[in-house]
Amino acid sequence: MLEEIKKKAKKAKDKPASFGPDINLKKFSLATKPMEKISKLSELSKERQKDASNIGIDVKEKQRSGSFFQLNHSVIYERTKQEGLEVMSVTEALKKYSWLKDYWWKAVAVDSDKYTAQAELKQTKGYFIRVLPGVKVRLPVQACLFMSQEGLAQNVHNIIIAEEGAELQIITGCAVASHLAKGLHIGVSEFFVKKNATIVFSMIHAWGPEVDVRPRTGAIVGENGTFVNNYICFKPVKSLQMYPTAYCIGKNSKARYHTLLYGTKLSYLDVGSRAVLKTKESRAEITARVVATDGSQIISRGHLVGEHKDVKAHLECRGLLLSEKAKIHAIPELEGKVEGCDLSHEAAVGKIREEELWYLMSRGFTEQEATSMIVRGFLDPEIIGLPPILKMQIKKVVESIIKGF
Amino acid sequence: MLQIQDLSVSVDGREILKNINLHIKKGERHVIFGPNASGKTTLAMTLIGIPTYKVTSGRIVFEDKDLTKLSIVERARLGIFLAFQNPPQIRGVKVGSLIQLLTKEKAESILQRVYLDENILTRELGVGFSGGEKKRLEIAQTFAIKPKLLILDEIDSGVDIESLRLIGSQINKFLKQNKVTLLAITHYGYILDYLDATKAHVMIKGRIACSGNPKKIWKQIAKRGYKWCEECLKR
Repeated sequence: MLEEIKKKAKKAKDKPASFGPDINLKKFSLATKPMEKISKLSELSKERQKDASNIGIDVKEKQRSGSFFQLNHSVIYERTKQEGLEVMSVTEALKKYSWLKDYWWKAVAVDSDKYTAQAELKQTKGYFIRVLPGVKVRLPVQACLFMSQEGLAQNVHNIIIAEEGAELQIITGCAVASHLAKGLHIGVSEFFVKKNATIVFSMIHAWGPEVDVRPRTGAIVGENGTFVNNYICFKPVKSLQMYPTAYCIGKNSKARYHTLLYGTKLSYLDVGSRAVLKTKESRAEITARVVATDGSQIISRGHLVGEHKDVKAHLECRGLLLSEKAKIHAIPELEGKVEGCDLSHEAAVGKIREEELWYLMSRGFTEQEATSMIVRGFLDPEIIGLPPILKMQIKKVVESIIKGF
Repeated sequence: MLQIQDLSVSVDGREILKNINLHIKKGERHVIFGPNASGKTTLAMTLIGIPTYKVTSGRIVFEDKDLTKLSIVERARLGIFLAFQNPPQIRGVKVGSLIQLLTKEKAESILQRVYLDENILTRELGVGFSGGEKKRLEIAQTFAIKPKLLILDEIDSGVDIESLRLIGSQINKFLKQNKVTLLAITHYGYILDYLDATKAHVMIKGRIACSGNPKKIWKQIAKRGYKWCEECLKR
């Protein structure tokens, strides 16, 4: 079976992605020296600790039930603090569990494009997180994928499984060292939400202005299962393209997406959220709030597919343009395949209306203060319902953005 | 306190206000009556400095300062406040955070005075508000800011009689306690039952047609309608 996968990958190794600028993969190196393991996250250098905490990583691990840290191609730290929770390198997990190959490329197709193909043919680890049946992991698990080597390609493959009745929250932070000029991150993440299980996955990205990023995410949600995908990217990136897809295959399965993007400099962000509702009573909700400033371009996609008459889903995208040169393109798609499915969307993209600014200015605020109030509110994590653990983090970032106005 | 001298105003090249003259002394409470589209809101927007309202002649003097060249913010900081007829929806800005920025007073106690429920604090400005809620929030901001000159634009439209009575008496109390000068714009005279107006003006087709005792003027309008007021312009 694994040979079959490799064969498919080889066939797709030059296949461009459906969206986003094409990347010449040969320009990135795969050679890197192994990094030494650490025994706790606080052993990271001060600078690295700061980088990690900026993307939601709790270096002291007090408010976390497990941690995973991959630096370039080396898994330097893996730890679980709770019974029934497994956190380890996916490469180790594949050796440990022969059944894991049954999950390999089941939520994402290996031959989707050259990036998934590269993740298979030149995989550079990734994480395996699993919660045993009925186990409710109270504190989030944190995973950090970090690149510090110039011109490196990181091709990770993550597998996340919440067994029946399990509950899991994950915060994944991905970043590069600030000195890094060029890099490529390909991240395949496959989620399996079993019957009555819940996974809340939050991903915070902080790349660099010359880094290309191609995450490939799929989730299979079983009966009464819930998959929540939160995505936050406020830092510049050369190009980032992703279109995570949740397949609601069980009765009463739910998928929710919350996306907050702040495009700066010449960032190219093509970020979508897709939910395929296959069975009765499955539900999906997609919310995106995107702000584009400087010369950034944001394509905000959403795609709801209704394949059963008794499904309901809503998609909302709001975009705020803060510069003449910035662009936001909202592409909401509704695809009803059977009669009776209930799919809806609303999208609004524009500048801050002058009437709003004038109104606040008539209350004594300067134009800059009024703009800040509106942007702060637009990116308010409470309005789009992010988990409390992320709220403080996001508020901190938003305040630093506003200070720069 | 406020002197409007020979003021003409255009919007998109169309002249709306024509040679308006109006003097309001400190502590006076003036009412401007007028039918729809007579230029009342244009006057209010011009006074606070909204850029689309272009002054083509004349000037506005507030406490010896020529307002005509001042920005919206500068005017607001001098103590001029407009309670908007149609405040815009501002997504993201929560009522609670706005009020907190305007005053050190507790938001809850201000809301009580305008009979608004506390749960409005977490709502976004104007989003999903009823007509009455919009007006009450404008008055709540007035109480928070305590301006020197309060301009009320159609505070009585879209508000039921009972609410108008409650809010009207709170406004009256506020004006007297804080010695606030008032310019209230309205179609109707009901507001006179709650605000002790000192003087009234009638605006017709961008001009002041007459000025005088508020109750007497409203009695005439109620009896004969604004059409009759048009005759005065011909004199």
